[in-house]
This record gives sequence, structure tokens and C-alpha cells, in this order.
Amino acid sequence: MGIAIKRNLSMVISVILVTFISLTFVGTAGLLQQQIGSMKTYWYDKAQVAIYLCTETSPAEVCPQGEASKDIQKTVTKRLKSKTLKPYIDTFYFENHKQAYKTFQKEFKDNSVAKYVTPEQLNETFWVNLKDPNQAPIIIESFNGLSGVEEVKDQRTYLDQIFSILNIASLAALSIAALMLFSAVLLISTTIRLSAVMRRREIGIMRLVGASNFYIQLPFILEGVVAGVIGSLLAGGAIIGIVQVFVQGFLAKQLPFTSFVGIPDALALLPLLVLAGGGLAAIAAATAIRRYLRV
Amino acid sequence: MISISQVSKQYKGAPRAALEEISLEIDKGEFVFLVGASGSGKSSLMRMILREDIPTSGSIHVLGENLIGIPNRRVPHFRRKVGVVFQDFRLLPNKTAAQNVAFSLEVIGKSRGFISEAVPDVLRLVGLEDKANSLPSELSGGEQQRIALARAIVNKPAILLADEPTGNLDPTTSIDIMALLDRINLSGTTIVMATHDRGIVDRGQKRVIELSQGKIIRDARGASYGETQ
Repeated sequence: MGIAIKRNLSMVISVILVTFISLTFVGTAGLLQQQIGSMKTYWYDKAQVAIYLCTETSPAEVCPQGEASKDIQKTVTKRLKSKTLKPYIDTFYFENHKQAYKTFQKEFKDNSVAKYVTPEQLNETFWVNLKDPNQAPIIIESFNGLSGVEEVKDQRTYLDQIFSILNIASLAALSIAALMLFSAVLLISTTIRLSAVMRRREIGIMRLVGASNFYIQLPFILEGVVAGVIGSLLAGGAIIGIVQVFVQGFLAKQLPFTSFVGIPDALALLPLLVLAGGGLAAIAAATAIRRYLRV
Repeated sequence: MISISQVSKQYKGAPRAALEEISLEIDKGEFVFLVGASGSGKSSLMRMILREDIPTSGSIHVLGENLIGIPNRRVPHFRRKVGVVFQDFRLLPNKTAAQNVAFSLEVIGKSRGFISEAVPDVLRLVGLEDKANSLPSELSGGEQQRIALARAIVNKPAILLADEPTGNLDPTTSIDIMALLDRINLSGTTIVMATHDRGIVDRGQKRVIELSQGKIIRDARGASYGETQ
């Protein structure tokens, strides 16, 4: 086997590199999924339902009577405290024009929009924290269409957009990985074909004297598997490096209140990557052998 | 020992069958010459007996194995009971004579102890014990064929197939190889030898099976080479 590897060193190196890069993509996609998962639990718990009251500038079809009156504020407060809704609600608070303007100015500090906005244009809002964020539709149903209420919005719909973008990114990484893994399989099969050709004398004699198929094929399978495993170990190292330097070293410092994937998550992925790399190589090798090393 | 019945082989794209309704029986301890022009089907027949190829129709039984139905994984075990030598010797150029013989035992999983006894024994039998450490390139054609023979018989096969074993050798060396084959035959090994060498067949006066265009046209004991070129 050692000889076989030495003879096709360049092919083996390319197999290692292709497996390395493709599995790095696979691992990154895996970590991204975990990150999305942990961000979901974190943010979904914090997500509120906003009941926006009508303003003077609200569109006439939802707010025909213009600015919501104090009565409407009272109606909403009463309904939020009512027996039917109370069990679902953790806390809620009211934000008037002034407070909304303050928050807006803070959040859009560097944006030119901040200069043109007036407090009256911003909705007065009831911010509702639910005991279980999945029950947002109950609140939405009870206030949607109430006169003086412009819109009831579950903040999670904004989060879902962000998560769907992240999901698309991890899907993209996976598709690149799939393409590269496919080329890794082709490379492995070419490598085996090449070394089968180079060793055809030995193989011919082995067959004539009755060496078992397993004995003849094992070195080729091992060659593929060793290359695949080395590639996947490198990929594991790369992922640990990415987590260490980029996520923990950079992102976690930039966004201190977000929980990010850590080294343990990357380490947990490592055996899966090795299994995938080795297994894929073994399957590719076995198929190639069936084609090029007929008994 | 070898029982062939109604065997035909049609290769894809070939204008005529390589073998047509061949039937023959070869008993234990026989020495059979297979003669015929190039393309008459000698090699195809040898390949069938070694189960390197499967006939299109008919049946082949060798050493109690039905070669049509034998599962792939049993083929290697079957081949351990059949030795083969070729016109071009097929030795590994980077291994010494002894290593070439030992290689064939290593790859079928024989123990080191067995190999270290069997290899010198068989080299002595073929008369090359003093060339054990020579590379094939340092040996003459006759010596290389002896090594190939040593490799073919080291595992004590019941049948030895020889495909033109003297085809690359001069007449004197050919006689030596034939003498060696006779000795192997006398020890009980059945030998099937495909050859073009009229002199050898005529001197041997053994069973001769003559093929022409994939058919057996003669099967005679104590015979000569015949008319075919």
C-alpha cells in the first residue's frame, strides 16, 4: 500500500485537498445550522408582539379616523388584562410618541432618516411579551381589525427573514460541498484506476495464483480511505480554526450578548466529518474497483 | 478432472464463434497437447478452463467445480488448484526468482514458515536453487520459464495449464522445459499445453487435441502434430 501511495502521490494529494475543502464547507454549513438554532431559541424568547396604534399619517383604509384616541389605548389595555388573554401574557408596556421617537433616534443614529422623522409619525405601541412566543397568533387575532389599531406584528417574522437568509447561506455551502464531494469521488476513482493500471502485472499474477478479491482490493480501498480521512481531519482542523479565530476571536467580541458556536461544537462535528470523508472514499474506491479490478 | 460439454463462446462483435460445441474429457494425470492455428480457439479454451471467461453456452466442470455456476468469491480458491504458465513468463521484474515464487504464496495467505520451506524446494525441483537471488533480467529465457513453472507448481496444483510455454525459447531450452513438464506430469499433475511446436508434439507422442475455427477436428492418443501449420 505504501508503494501505491508513493506512486500516485500527486493524485492522492489532490484527493486529500478536494476532500479537505469540500468537508470544510460541510462543516461550516453544519456549524451555521447550529448557530441558527441557538440564535432562534435566544431571539424567539425575546421576541415581542407589537400592537401599533394608528397615527395621523397612517393609511386611511386601516385608520379612517386618524390618530388613535385615548379610549382606544384604554380598550387595548383592558383587553390585554382580560381573563381570556392574561394567561398567555408575561408582561406588556405602552410606548408613546415621545418614547418611540427617542428609541428611533437611538437606533437610526447615523441614518439620515432620523432627521426627517417627527414623533407624531411614529406609532404609539403596546409591546407584549408572551409566556410562549408560539402563541403570538392569539394576540394578533384579538387585535387585528380593532379600530384604531394599525397593525399587529409578531417580531419573529423579522427574525424569520434573517434566519432564512442564513439558511440559504448554509444551503449554498452545502451545494458547493456536494459538488466538490462529487469531484472527490471522481478523483478517487481515477486514482484507483491509475494505480490499477500501474500495478496490472502484480494484479494479474495475484489473480492467476488465486489471491482473494479482498486481498487484491484492500490496498486500493485503504489508499482511498487514508486520503479521505486525512482530508477530513484537515477539514476538522480548519473548522476548529474558523471557530477559534473568526467566531470566538472576532464575532463574539463584536456582539457580546449573542451566544455563538464554540470549540466544543466544532469538536463534536469532527468525528462526523471523518466518518463522512472515510466512508465516501471507501464507497468511491469500492465502486471504482468493481469497474477496474474485475476478477 | 476436466469435463467440457457442448461449450460455445461467441465474443461480442466477432464474426464467428471462438469456440463451437466443444466437448472433451481430460482425466487425472493426463498430458494433453492442444494444437491448432492462431485463432483456432486454443487460448479461449484455456481461459474457460481457468474460469477467466464464461462460455456462451455449454457446461464446464473442473476439479469438481461447476465453472458456470461458481460464485465469484469462490473463483480465487478454485484457481489455487490450477497452475498456469505463459509464453511471456509473467514474472515481476523487481523481485528476485525466490521472491517471485514466494509472492504467489504470500498473496494466498501462506505462512512464512511454509514459504521459507516450499520456495527452496521448488527451486531445487526446477534446478535453479543457485539462482534464487537473481532478478528475472539476469536470467535466460529458459531460466525465467523455470521460475514461472516453479511458481505455478509450488502450491501443488492438480492441473497445470501451459499456454505456449516454449514459444519464446530456442529448441534446446525447449527440450529442457519439456523434460521438466514431463517430471511434473509424472508426479501426478494433469497438464494441458497449448503449443505450435511441431517438434515437441511429435517427440512427445501424447494425446493431441487439434482445434480449427473453434471446433475439435482431431482428438487422438499417441499422436503427432498433424497437417496444420
